Amino acid sequence: MSLVELNAITKSFGAIHALQGVDLVIEEGDAVGLMGDNGAGKSTLMKIIAGNFPPTKGVIRIEGREVEFHKPIDARNAGIEIVYQDLALCDNLTAAANVFLGREPKKRFGPIRWLDHDAMIRRAGELFSELKSETRPRDLVRQMSGGQRQAVAIARTRLSDPKLVLMDEPTAAISVRQVAEVLALIKRLKDTGHAVVLVSHRMPDVFEVCDRVAVLRRGTKVAEKRIGETSPEEITGLITGAIESA
Amino acid sequence: MTDPTRTPQEVHDATAQRSHAEIDDSVTSRQEMSGWQSAFRTQPFWVFVAILAIGLVMSMVSDVFLTERNLFNITRNFAFFGIMALGMSAVICTAGIDLSVGSLMGLAGIITGLVMQAGYGIVPGFLACMATAAAVGLVNGVLVAYLRMAPFVVTLGMLAMSRSIAMVVSNNKMIYEFGPDQDLFERIGGESVFRVPNPVWVLMILTVVFWWVWRYSTWGRWVMAIGGNAHAAKLAGIPVERITVSVYVVCSLCAGLAAFLMVGWFGSVTNALGQTYELNVIAASVIGGANLMGGVVYAFGAPIGAALMELIRNSLLLAGIDALWQQFFVGLFLILAVLLEQIRNRGGR
Repeated sequence: MSLVELNAITKSFGAIHALQGVDLVIEEGDAVGLMGDNGAGKSTLMKIIAGNFPPTKGVIRIEGREVEFHKPIDARNAGIEIVYQDLALCDNLTAAANVFLGREPKKRFGPIRWLDHDAMIRRAGELFSELKSETRPRDLVRQMSGGQRQAVAIARTRLSDPKLVLMDEPTAAISVRQVAEVLALIKRLKDTGHAVVLVSHRMPDVFEVCDRVAVLRRGTKVAEKRIGETSPEEITGLITGAIESA
Repeated sequence: MTDPTRTPQEVHDATAQRSHAEIDDSVTSRQEMSGWQSAFRTQPFWVFVAILAIGLVMSMVSDVFLTERNLFNITRNFAFFGIMALGMSAVICTAGIDLSVGSLMGLAGIITGLVMQAGYGIVPGFLACMATAAAVGLVNGVLVAYLRMAPFVVTLGMLAMSRSIAMVVSNNKMIYEFGPDQDLFERIGGESVFRVPNPVWVLMILTVVFWWVWRYSTWGRWVMAIGGNAHAAKLAGIPVERITVSVYVVCSLCAGLAAFLMVGWFGSVTNALGQTYELNVIAASVIGGANLMGGVVYAFGAPIGAALMELIRNSLLLAGIDALWQQFFVGLFLILAVLLEQIRNRGGR
């Protein structure tokens, strides 16, 4: 039984067919790279898995069970976390506050409940050190470097111990030095048994951390290959259409 | 300076490395601050310093300034604005604005007057006042949150409509008889406990409540998150629309409460109650550190901002400066406060 199984996923926005009959299987602990040119449908597919919107047609199964996501929170409850391209962080809050946003731990005394700041700071600190990031829980996100912000977004996905972490272009907006940092974070996720789907434009990133790569072109999946059985040249050809399919 | 022995790529790498090292250094060298240290960095703290400075100068310039009578008047006068600014700060924290609070005062005050004049006691009067406020806040909030209309436009419309309804239901007449509980009503708004005016007590209690809410409640945390990045808040599973509606309701309830106290203090109410107060309340909130871009709020900012404005008015009066200058100085402080905030932000980055 596969962890996540996408079956003939189709998504139309009016007359535009963003995705047409895409199949994808993700196993436990799997790292799958999702590649394609702008407008190929990568982000749309990610957003469907993350519950931002439902597919027009097609079925999502998680551990064999058919699911329907209407809100991001549905996907989260099913064990799927996503790191958005823009990271979706609140700059005005601390790292710890961002990690726990929407699921803050509380203390209670009778009917009164209040935020457990100590628990948030402690747990966020643990998560950052697990990720080997120097991010400090009390620092405001506004004051952080790109790599640290990425660490906050990734730490957030580990709160619930998800089965699958989706990452949308995690290395697109950061400097060369921080790319290595983020790739290390992804490897650590993999090492701890999480499945990862990585959307990226950057060929070296995908070849460094992924086991398999799926290529989308104009809304259809044109190839799915094991990393060891393909080359950047072949993938580039598949993305641009120089190679029809493989 | 360029080093001829290095390739452009090496130069670029070195620059990139250095700048990142600098960022990392500045990030890691930023010590975690104690409560006091972080207080020094907030706008309310510096406005408070300004208040002390003005107070010091005034106590030397004028014999009247430090008298109990004068301090009593100052604190009572700013209490109403402070109470409203607490609610306004919440709205501003979501990057919204509520222009209808002044008109709402008029409407809520008139409704209170009508209910009590009709012979109902103070409890029905109070409930009617707060229900009116809640209803206005609810309409504002629903239009802003669910229909995604601009807060400025929605509340500008509500400013006109509330005032108009107040005129219609009051038949444009003053109300000065408040039925069986008139005495109690006027005592609540106009008298004092331990020589502190009642509205000031209300302001102090509410300030502590809001401080707790901003620091310890999920609601407060979520309001700040919405102001910081509403999209991110939504993705994190926060019910952004519902929270936004509640913020406008809270702001209106604060205005309703201020109206209730103010009518009791005046002992009468006309439908002109609270006219143009929205501007003073917004100014007090901003001077107290609320950022119109959203995401920043201080519970203590609201009373401090309101206090500064009243202090300016009082000081000009005592210093014998024409009262016509008052609005000039309020405006000046408002602009200075925002300027200061920007300078500190640039320094902090």
